[in-house]
Amino acid sequence: MTTDASVLVASVAPRAARGTGLDRAFEILCFTAATFLLAALGGLIVSLMIGGWPAFAHFGIGFFFSAEWDPVKEIYGAAGAVTGTLVTATLALIFALPLALGVAIFLVELCPAPLRRPIGTAVELLAGIPSIVYGMWGLFVFAPWFSKHVQMPIMMSATPGTLWETLTTGVPNGSGILSASLILAVMILPFMAATLRELFLTIPPQVRESAYGLGSTTFEVIGKVSLPYIRTGAIGAVMLGLGRALGETMAVTFIIGNSHGFPTSMFASGSTIASTIANEFAEATGVLHTSSLIALGLVLFVITFIVLALARVLIGRQANL
Amino acid sequence: MTAFAPQRLSRTIAEGFFLVFCWVAAAIALLALTAIMWSLVSQGIGGFFKPDGDGLDLNIFTMSTPAPGSQGGLLNAIMGSLMMCAVAMVGAVFVGVLAGTWLSEFARDSRYGKVVRFLNDVLLSAPSILVGLFVYEILVAPLKGFSGFAGAVALGLIAAPVITRTTEDVLRLQPTALREASVALGAPVWRTILAVIWKSAQGGMLTGALLAFARISGETAPLLFTALNNQFLSLDMTKPTANLPVVIFNFALSAYDDWRRLAWAGALLIAATVLTVTIIARLLAREPRRS
Repeated sequence: MTTDASVLVASVAPRAARGTGLDRAFEILCFTAATFLLAALGGLIVSLMIGGWPAFAHFGIGFFFSAEWDPVKEIYGAAGAVTGTLVTATLALIFALPLALGVAIFLVELCPAPLRRPIGTAVELLAGIPSIVYGMWGLFVFAPWFSKHVQMPIMMSATPGTLWETLTTGVPNGSGILSASLILAVMILPFMAATLRELFLTIPPQVRESAYGLGSTTFEVIGKVSLPYIRTGAIGAVMLGLGRALGETMAVTFIIGNSHGFPTSMFASGSTIASTIANEFAEATGVLHTSSLIALGLVLFVITFIVLALARVLIGRQANL
Repeated sequence: MTAFAPQRLSRTIAEGFFLVFCWVAAAIALLALTAIMWSLVSQGIGGFFKPDGDGLDLNIFTMSTPAPGSQGGLLNAIMGSLMMCAVAMVGAVFVGVLAGTWLSEFARDSRYGKVVRFLNDVLLSAPSILVGLFVYEILVAPLKGFSGFAGAVALGLIAAPVITRTTEDVLRLQPTALREASVALGAPVWRTILAVIWKSAQGGMLTGALLAFARISGETAPLLFTALNNQFLSLDMTKPTANLPVVIFNFALSAYDDWRRLAWAGALLIAATVLTVTIIARLLAREPRRS
């Protein structure tokens, strides 16, 4: 009996399955691929640091505070482009957030049932349209309309000498800081609306129904039950939208006007970090010019990294983004 | 009862304002997006017909980008974009699928796994122009030349995190029992993953790859100083290579009407491609995941 059992055990247990030897190799292969991604991000940071070093070394800390950008005199400062980036992205968020919330609430609570899926899907599909399309629309369709129906009337009616007049001076050709912000807002709108809608749909129906059952109005359900329920995820989604707006190149480059220096008016042309790099990098000749553009890229990376990291921490993995 | 009346009225008013706001917001947003789609189609469709309006004009698919004022199409740009996207996708699928598999099957909740997952998510939404700068620094500057391969590497670096993310998500959805059953039958882990887990998750993985393709096919910023542009049809990816997004960018900012017409046509072509691919991906994703 004992011999039988030991034969049985011997025949089953110790013999590893054929090909187990490759397990380790396969795991290492997968591990290498994952590490490759990590190395890509690390390489990106290091290469921006190395490439931007001559500019940092030459201009020192003043690089961040000077708004002068003069390729002829070889003087470069980041302040103008950084301000342009932050201002356009923030304005875009201010315009897009209420609209995105409105669309999401509309789709979840108000929209007639047969239209819910088609409109929801359309919004999600629009979030994938390449940004160059938004840029072209901004340049050819939006800018002429904006110039004629918004800029001209506002500039005509602005009282001279007031702060409002300062804020609205510029060339009324439809491009500028405000136009760029509006195009950015339209670009991040479908993305934020789709994300918020997905978050609203994660709320268990019982929670909302209980609130309605207690006699709440839609406004109260959204404000006191739904929004608090998805709060962290929603903030994360907004930050992701902000991250997109900060790093967006094509939607902005077409319409911001591409002038350097500190933006002082909503209608004046300006530049963002991404638009400056897109416009000048291929034609940059001097070492200092190239290096300053890469240094700008590093600044953009740091800004977006902070925003995206915060977004990812807040959003967790609850929404499938 | 009367004591409650004012409060009720204020609630009704607040509710009314809120509902109006939501309707108006949705209307504005949908109107703006419809306007964009409308201009895209109405301006872009012109490029596919003869200028005088009679009959289809397929020059766009058969001729290369013209000098201003002469006849031409977008053939070189379409070919260049296809080649670069294809090379980028081969690399990105290889890296992305393996990395996603590692995150799902081997790393799980290990500390290194969490770090990779987090930084992959950051890379996923990092500004694409920075990827272009990076590739310029490591490939274009040292080799002293813009090339289609550099463009493909930049696009691949943008696609890989997308594929990693979706692969991990899909593989995590596969039931543990499936893995156990395969291992119990005596299959080694690598065969379990290749023949059972990947097999059962292939629909979702394909969706991820298609979404990544949709994402990179319209990317302009990373190609501006990696692939650059090329006026002529060329299959040599070691040289500057024409591609749709950069041609659209250059032509749209030009002063020539016929170039702008081509830019709109190209934009419509890209948008239509992206929409088609996304819709296919969504249809594919619907069936296997819900079952």
